[in-house]
Amino acid sequence: MAQQRLTVDPIACRAHGLCAELLPELVDLDEWGYPIVPSDAVPARLLADGRSAVSACPTLALRLRATE
Amino acid sequence: MTVTREAGAARLLAGWQRTGRAADFAEHLANYGPLPDPAGLIDRVAEAELRGRGGAGFPTAIKLRAVAAGRRGGVVIANGCEAEPASEKDHALLSVAPHLVFDGAQLAARAVGATSVLVCVHSDDPLAASVTLALAQRRGDPVPTRIVEVPARFVASEESALVNFVNTGVAKPTTKPPRPAERGVRGRPTLVDNVETLAAIALLARGHQLASMLVTVGGAVGVAGVHEIPMSSTIGAAFAAAGGETQPLQAVLAGGYGGTWLPMPAAGGFSLEKRNFRGLCLLLALPMRACGIAETATILRYLAEESARQCGPCMFGLPAIAEDFALLAAGRTDQRTLHRLRGRLGVIPGRGACGHPDGAARLAATALHVFERDVHAHAMGRPCGFAAQRPWFAPKQRFRETGWS
Repeated sequence: MAQQRLTVDPIACRAHGLCAELLPELVDLDEWGYPIVPSDAVPARLLADGRSAVSACPTLALRLRATE
Repeated sequence: MTVTREAGAARLLAGWQRTGRAADFAEHLANYGPLPDPAGLIDRVAEAELRGRGGAGFPTAIKLRAVAAGRRGGVVIANGCEAEPASEKDHALLSVAPHLVFDGAQLAARAVGATSVLVCVHSDDPLAASVTLALAQRRGDPVPTRIVEVPARFVASEESALVNFVNTGVAKPTTKPPRPAERGVRGRPTLVDNVETLAAIALLARGHQLASMLVTVGGAVGVAGVHEIPMSSTIGAAFAAAGGETQPLQAVLAGGYGGTWLPMPAAGGFSLEKRNFRGLCLLLALPMRACGIAETATILRYLAEESARQCGPCMFGLPAIAEDFALLAAGRTDQRTLHRLRGRLGVIPGRGACGHPDGAARLAATALHVFERDVHAHAMGRPCGFAAQRPWFAPKQRFRETGWS
């Protein structure tokens, strides 16, 4: 299966910050509360947490996409 | 608008060079002949290594192929908005040679299988009327064309913002993917090309070589304005074409407000043809007797105000770095704020729907680098004597009151 990485739809994101709470290993918040996500593939051991964070995002801005 | 006639093999402005006025359709046909056959055009564009002349410098053939690969009949958008306040070249081209742009749009549309052409200009611009008149003169164009008047905001002519405006009436960028080439106007594959790029396509399709390009040169030069110069020119040659520097220069702002500060005199030898400068269309010459930090602060404030306020890192980050730079320009900063500024410049790029925040961060980061000695003096509370003078590159005020639809 193809590897996946986190992406943020910057227009949809409203800085609720749940992603950083649910996935602190991967998501940092900037000083305004908006997420900074790594461009690398999500490690296999964090994929389940990643999916939880994606489904918890109130604006559906956080996504998992196949890496190219 | 100042357009200067240069001697030599100028092609984009050739009609104007001869007559000194805008070419009507009959004169255009006499100068360039009718629309050529677009067969093989994309390969010719690829061979000529044409890159977009709107500023990003993306290879045009790749865009053409992406739209041609779409399953449905596509749309061609000729982008003549030229939101960059200091740039005048697209305005000049559409004023004096609109039919080259229409030709290029027709040919690009035929080459990619598009069934509709939209020519975008600013709605507050007298150009809209002259371009509409020019369009009315044309006979026998195979692809229907209409003029679209777009709100005169900085990011309103970013490619996804143009598509969004045509689709919804709101001229703000949208999240990618999908890119306009995949899904654009009414869901159809859409080619968005700068008007000079399309004019270059019109010349390539007629068998001309890609010999020249338009640049706007501003700041401390003898003849500020639009100049047609050889593709292989250096920055120094562009300044020479613009009458030469009127006083010793310390830096050049290459690529406009979201561009890159480069140190003079070293940058004088940089070739505009080099990969990083390929799409470059605007050079602003900053004299020694000026403050690069204060100039940057003024431009950053403008860029912050021109944010579409959709993406957090842009809507909050740009005012923050503009404020940091204003404090730095005034000599009211310290090492801690400077450190904070550098940190902000590290996290802002790449996190917006369009490249607007990236451009502002690039401007600020290259300013800190090129004006490094001044930065230290300002941060020690010793701003230079030029920081309070009227800026050389102050943005025009006219965009501020305009809405987005």
